[in-house]
Amino acid sequence: MEHIVIIGNGISGVTLARHIRKLSDKKITIVSVEADYFFSRTALMYVYMGHMKFEHTQPYENWFWKKNRIELKKGYVKQVETETKTLHFAEGDTLQYDKLIIATGSKPNKFGWPGQDLNGVMGMYHKQDLETLETHAPNKDVCKRAVIVGGGLIGIELAEMLNSRSIPVTFLVREDSFWNGVLPQGESEMINRHIKNHHIDLRLSTNLKAINSDENGNVKSVIIEETGEELECNVVGLTAGVTPNIDFIKDSGIEIGRGVKVNRFLETNIPDVYAIGDCAEQHEAIGNRRPIEAVWYTGRMMGEVLAQTICGNKMEYKPGHWFNSAKFLDIEYQTYGWVFGKNGRPDYEQHFHWKHEDDTKCITVAYDKNTNQFLGINTFGIRMRHEVFDKWLTEKRDVDYVMKNLSEANFEPEFYSRFENEILQAYTNQLQTA
Amino acid sequence: MSNKLNHSMSLAKPDALDISNKQKVALSAGVIGLFILALALFNTNFPNKAVFLTLSLGLIIGGIVVYSREAYLSKLEGIKNDGVWFKSISSRGVWGWIVGVILTTFYIVLYFFPKYLGLGVDGAENTGLISLFDPLSHLLSGRNASQWFVYGTLYTVAILAFGYKFILKYRHNRYQQLRTVSVMFFQLGFAFLIPEFMYVMNNDLPYYDLKSIWPLNYYIFDEWSVNGFLSNGNIGIALLIFGVLSIFVFTPILTYKYGKRWYCSWVCGCGGLAETAGDSFRQLSSKKMSAWKLERWLIHTVLVFSIVMTAAMVYSYLGYDKNDFWLTRGVFISLVIGFLTLVFAAVMLFKRHELGKDAKYGAIGFFIVIALLLIMHYTGTTDHLFYIKAGALRSAYGIYIGSIFSGVIGTGFYPILGNRSWCRFGCPMAAILGFQQRMFSKFRITTNGGQCISCGNCSNSCEMGIDVRHYAQKGENIVRSSCVGCGICSAVCPRGVLKLENDTMKGRINPTEILLGNDVDLMDLVNQK
Ligand SMILES: Cc1cc2nc3c(=O)[nH]c(=O)nc-3n(C[C@H](O)[C@H](O)[C@H](O)COP(=O)(O)OP(=O)(O)OC[C@H]3O[C@@H](n4cnc5c(N)ncnc54)[C@H](O)[C@@H]3O)c2cc1C
Ligand code: SF4
Ligand code: SF4
Repeated sequence: MEHIVIIGNGISGVTLARHIRKLSDKKITIVSVEADYFFSRTALMYVYMGHMKFEHTQPYENWFWKKNRIELKKGYVKQVETETKTLHFAEGDTLQYDKLIIATGSKPNKFGWPGQDLNGVMGMYHKQDLETLETHAPNKDVCKRAVIVGGGLIGIELAEMLNSRSIPVTFLVREDSFWNGVLPQGESEMINRHIKNHHIDLRLSTNLKAINSDENGNVKSVIIEETGEELECNVVGLTAGVTPNIDFIKDSGIEIGRGVKVNRFLETNIPDVYAIGDCAEQHEAIGNRRPIEAVWYTGRMMGEVLAQTICGNKMEYKPGHWFNSAKFLDIEYQTYGWVFGKNGRPDYEQHFHWKHEDDTKCITVAYDKNTNQFLGINTFGIRMRHEVFDKWLTEKRDVDYVMKNLSEANFEPEFYSRFENEILQAYTNQLQTA
Repeated sequence: MSNKLNHSMSLAKPDALDISNKQKVALSAGVIGLFILALALFNTNFPNKAVFLTLSLGLIIGGIVVYSREAYLSKLEGIKNDGVWFKSISSRGVWGWIVGVILTTFYIVLYFFPKYLGLGVDGAENTGLISLFDPLSHLLSGRNASQWFVYGTLYTVAILAFGYKFILKYRHNRYQQLRTVSVMFFQLGFAFLIPEFMYVMNNDLPYYDLKSIWPLNYYIFDEWSVNGFLSNGNIGIALLIFGVLSIFVFTPILTYKYGKRWYCSWVCGCGGLAETAGDSFRQLSSKKMSAWKLERWLIHTVLVFSIVMTAAMVYSYLGYDKNDFWLTRGVFISLVIGFLTLVFAAVMLFKRHELGKDAKYGAIGFFIVIALLLIMHYTGTTDHLFYIKAGALRSAYGIYIGSIFSGVIGTGFYPILGNRSWCRFGCPMAAILGFQQRMFSKFRITTNGGQCISCGNCSNSCEMGIDVRHYAQKGENIVRSSCVGCGICSAVCPRGVLKLENDTMKGRINPTEILLGNDVDLMDLVNQK
């Protein structure tokens, strides 16, 4: 029986395993060093905040794996020998495979800051990071202040986490407005204000210079690049993006760039070795997507597709329309299609922006100013229907159509106030004045 | 500016003691209010009962109101679950167990030993706790309080005060606010005030909470109740007819249009208490597959039991001779069996494919009911059914539904089993409504394409123990008989994945393996199978 070995029990590896099991009887082993069972990385924050216990982040009960004959092996793969198809573990043992899938996810970026390895400096990616945080920041008496470096999705989650335990947070963001490489200005500014409303000390256009230690090797303070200011703190969260977690295959002959290089079939240069999820890097980016897509959904989709290939129905990774979502403290964010912020915005892309007067809801609709084709929407504080936008994008609807039919896409709970009329009004007014 | 600290966040801290001074005062007020009740319980004879009762209830309500205002209004609108799994009371800690034991003891005393609460037996004056409530009872209906009046008052106070808290907690969520106002209204009006006023108008009418429908209202068809209605002319008959219509007409129509939530989360008193006073315990319900299996066995057994017992109850006081009254025992049994067979046949005919393996269990349940009814008919004598005295049978049934399950386990165990364990494991009404919801309703929870991140907030918050994530992460709508449509899963979802809605029956159940957002060819290939 063919033995499929998957390194990494994250969403991509587990989705792959589940689908292979549905399609075949192959022997499946999932290897991971981080946790015994698959858990949802995206839910780590809720454990620290006390909304859930760690066990609640596990989407499948523990009996699930045995019942579906998916073997779990805990261990760190330190080397892959592709000629003999052997994995070598740090613990000394080995494992043979017939097909190998690398799904090892990411690790937090560290940019060589002085002091970046001190006690109390941490990323927020792995379960172990959560445990470190619990040790260094159990409450506001032990952790008098925390400094977060890097204004992205994980940074703001970490800020929310610390805030939930009343730990004062200083949030250092390199950009002049929160996440404005990705978010259009109006949205980004609204989020700036929302962060400050939560009493988080948001410092824009601010970089970290160094982290200082006390006599025991613990974090004592950080120095700010621009002003030289020294900020006392007990915890430093490094959340300036992630990189593929693939150091262990450096000498295996598997081609790597920043991530594991794969073609559209998610195959590496070595036969029978594949890569999916955060750690896979496309030779050429697909459409507007990045070559490395470090999001939950794409990891899952790659798993869904690769299962077909492995079970004999060779299939390309051909994702549909882009979508994503996040939550900035109390404000939910969804995006469908493409809406660009500062980075990489094509010149034909025009925006219509509407913001509610309460400053917690807004939308940005992107369209082609030459053809009027609808390109995408960002929505904050208003839930919208994935299915409807997916359909409109496929049908290549023009922006007028989308604005007029926006209520069809509403996904808010019943009895919520609706804003489609107000939005349409603003849209028509803008057209008249433009 | 960097030191501007939001002290109001303190409730969110793991150690629950860290609450604001105002909250400490509010908490003390509430405790003093409860203490007055405790003193009354231990037979302190208060000089002016009306004043002390007002003081006690006022302090309790006021304490809860001030506490919640401080907890929620000082923060921005949003999900307020910080620390629920850290606090002892809401995570089966010491406080949780203490409260559970106190509540359970209270229920046992209430149902089985009301004299310890001060109930005057055989015409004697009330003493103790119950006498403290005499003034209020006199005000409303001109009679002395009973243990049920005390219970009803406290129950209503709890729903109103904690309902207010819940409304503040979800002040960004209109669905939550409206349904809470609704349960507060039905409790205060229909369960508490109207029955008292009905008594004033016509004191022969049996206690009738109009919104309480068979089989939850297990005594409506009991002999004394039916006789009470029948001997009260038109109004009595109208009420009885209303009761019957509620079961066979109103309920199915409303459940078809809105799902069982119209009752369980908007009207029902048990649901009302669970959603308000019980809100802090919703995360405690077990989401394990094994709990679900147990639930399905229990709830359906209860349903079988309810149907047979109610039939037996009515049967026991019907006659044999059709010259006395057209509805004889024989006619009645034939009607019941005919009706059940009709329902069973319709389901098997139209819904068989949806049921899969469950069809077998449904069939077994059906034949058990029919067999029991026939056994009853052929072995029953005038006053013995199933070889047991009819009266004993009836009261056993009442004790089961009324006390053991809904009170003692249902509410007493809130801090241990979660706030809806009665609704989930024991309520025959929930079983019937759930059956309708699963078979024939426009209601479902729609999942939003591929947006789920499997975080588990939804499952964690589901008081009915539904593993919502199991469906959401597959992009599959949630169509479950037990879902009471509380809408909390949707509220807490950080990615806007869940929407409770009423839409067409078609496409309601949509099992998927590949979620929206992936390759359309792959979706077609796998999902069309
Ligand atoms: C806090 C946080 C919040 C997030 N929120 C969102 C969100 O809201 N939406 C979204 O789309 N995405 C989000 N993401 C990103 C998303 O979680 C990732 O894209 C996704 O988890 C990647 O899945 P994966 O299967 O590729 O890898 P991972 O989940 O990283 O799993 C890889 C596993 O492989 C193991 N492993 C690595 N190397 C080895 C080795 N040599 N030997 C053995 N085991 C090894 C690792 O320990 C790990 O368990 C978030 C990420 C974080 C950290
Ligand atoms: S539906 Fe929402 S709350 Fe539930 S697991 Fe998915 S993202 Fe989380
Ligand atoms: S599934 Fe959602 S709406 Fe239904 S009972 Fe559970 S939490 Fe409430």
